[in-house]
Amino acid sequence: MKILVPIKRVVDFNVKVRVKPDGSGVDLANVKMAMNPFDEIAVEEALRLKESGAAEEIVVVSIGPAEAADTIRTGLAMGADRGILLKTGQPTEPLAVAKALKAIAAEEKPGLVILGKQAIDDDCNQTGQMLAALLGWPQGTFASKVVIDGDAVTVTREVDGGLETLRLRLPAVITTDLRLNEPRYASLPNIMKAKKKPIDEKTAADLDVDLAPRLKILKVEAPPARRSGVKLASVGELVEKLRNEAGVL
Amino acid sequence: MTTLLVAEHDNAGLKEATARTLAAGVELGEEVHVLVAGKDCTLATEAAARLEGVAKVLHADAEHLAHQLAEPLAALVVSLAGPFDTLIAPATTFGKNLMPRVAALLDVAQVSDITRVVAADTFERPTYAGNAIETVQTTDAKKVITVRGSAFRPVGESTQAVLVETIRAAAPAETLSSFVSAEIPDLERPELTAARVIVSGGRAFQSAENFRTYLQPVADKLGAAIGASRAAVDAGYAPNDLQVGQTGKVVAPDLYIACGISGAIQHLAGMKDSKVIVAINKDPEAPIFQIADYGLVGDVFEILPQLEKAL
Repeated sequence: MKILVPIKRVVDFNVKVRVKPDGSGVDLANVKMAMNPFDEIAVEEALRLKESGAAEEIVVVSIGPAEAADTIRTGLAMGADRGILLKTGQPTEPLAVAKALKAIAAEEKPGLVILGKQAIDDDCNQTGQMLAALLGWPQGTFASKVVIDGDAVTVTREVDGGLETLRLRLPAVITTDLRLNEPRYASLPNIMKAKKKPIDEKTAADLDVDLAPRLKILKVEAPPARRSGVKLASVGELVEKLRNEAGVL
Repeated sequence: MTTLLVAEHDNAGLKEATARTLAAGVELGEEVHVLVAGKDCTLATEAAARLEGVAKVLHADAEHLAHQLAEPLAALVVSLAGPFDTLIAPATTFGKNLMPRVAALLDVAQVSDITRVVAADTFERPTYAGNAIETVQTTDAKKVITVRGSAFRPVGESTQAVLVETIRAAAPAETLSSFVSAEIPDLERPELTAARVIVSGGRAFQSAENFRTYLQPVADKLGAAIGASRAAVDAGYAPNDLQVGQTGKVVAPDLYIACGISGAIQHLAGMKDSKVIVAINKDPEAPIFQIADYGLVGDVFEILPQLEKAL
């Protein structure tokens, strides 16, 4: 089985982003970029499935600027076999990305697509579900456990209040949640090896997909600041304040 | 010109997220119809018919909808979508799982997790873990939206129930997915996203046992839900479904007590809209104190037992 792992280049999760003063967006100049953390978990899960014998090949694919090739190299250094870069200068909305991934899936014919549940820049949490819909495949979102079992996959999902386990017919789309695994670091030899692994470059025109955004961003603002309060001396004082000043007890 | 709200329920009753989503639905300015799809979900349907602001309830009862799996439920919603110009659902794991599937089948660019209705086609939503608030306008003929419940007050109950229309939901031609099991551990405690009070723990607890031993008595006294920071979850002190933050649940209770939580950006994104925030931390420089209304500098292992006694 082949596994397709879509990955996104995003602002590193340790960076505190700043909104541009003119309200046009977030300032990304000279900001450290990295692979979306949920996508790293997706790459790791694919690697584990390959190591267990459930998969033979892992293809990482990214849709974005030329620099997204670096993100693909990161995936290759972790252990993926080859990469596909769909170059675009446009902002990438989930629906357009799902359409592009559908076209790539038609060429690659994977048995499984694993991707992050959301990207930590736009926080949309849509792409995996949309891809599953467009392909007519089942979806296992927010996965914390994945077990391949013949022509089906059992997925345990993190849902509000607990866990839910589903059985999906393959091929299927799985989106990752935090507890699925802990991604490995790429070793130096593997980073060197990754430089020789192939990355196939494509354009939207090659795949005949329209990546034009459908949503208009009218403005981007910083959230209202919360004022800091007072430090208290004792538990007794806290309970008194909560009771009489805040009125929440 | 009507809005269709897909209710979140457990067949026996509605989840509070449904009443909060309805509040956003009403703000869109059109009539709101509520779809209750499940198996033996008459009670949930009756509850939906009594929500204030609902114009009509659609009730679909079928075996294949018992667990509200995304594949059959999305197919049902799409089959009903024709006369509606907006489809909304809560931005809970239920709505997040379902709505993008619906949106893609309708070829609509979804707007996720809205926190404010600016106009019928324009919404505010947080991005970058709540560090940037985006005002976004849709250009599609139909709109598919998920609603962040903590940003809207739940609608109340009306004395008169509205009309319920029963609809037939044909079973899908092929079964793509099936339900195996569910594990919902703590039904006694309020759900995080609906709780009025949340007591939350971080890395300072050092073990899963301490996490339980010190937080539970305080939470019990307050009738509170228990939350956790990502650090506590990653360290294995608490299960992931307790995680409050950008990658976990976004909450806005009346009272949020953060115990031994330093206040990483990712955690603040999940709780900074709480009405009153209390921080208990050993480190007086912890960033959590910058957003807390009341701070106590000290060891959680000393302060929590004192707090439990004082309540």
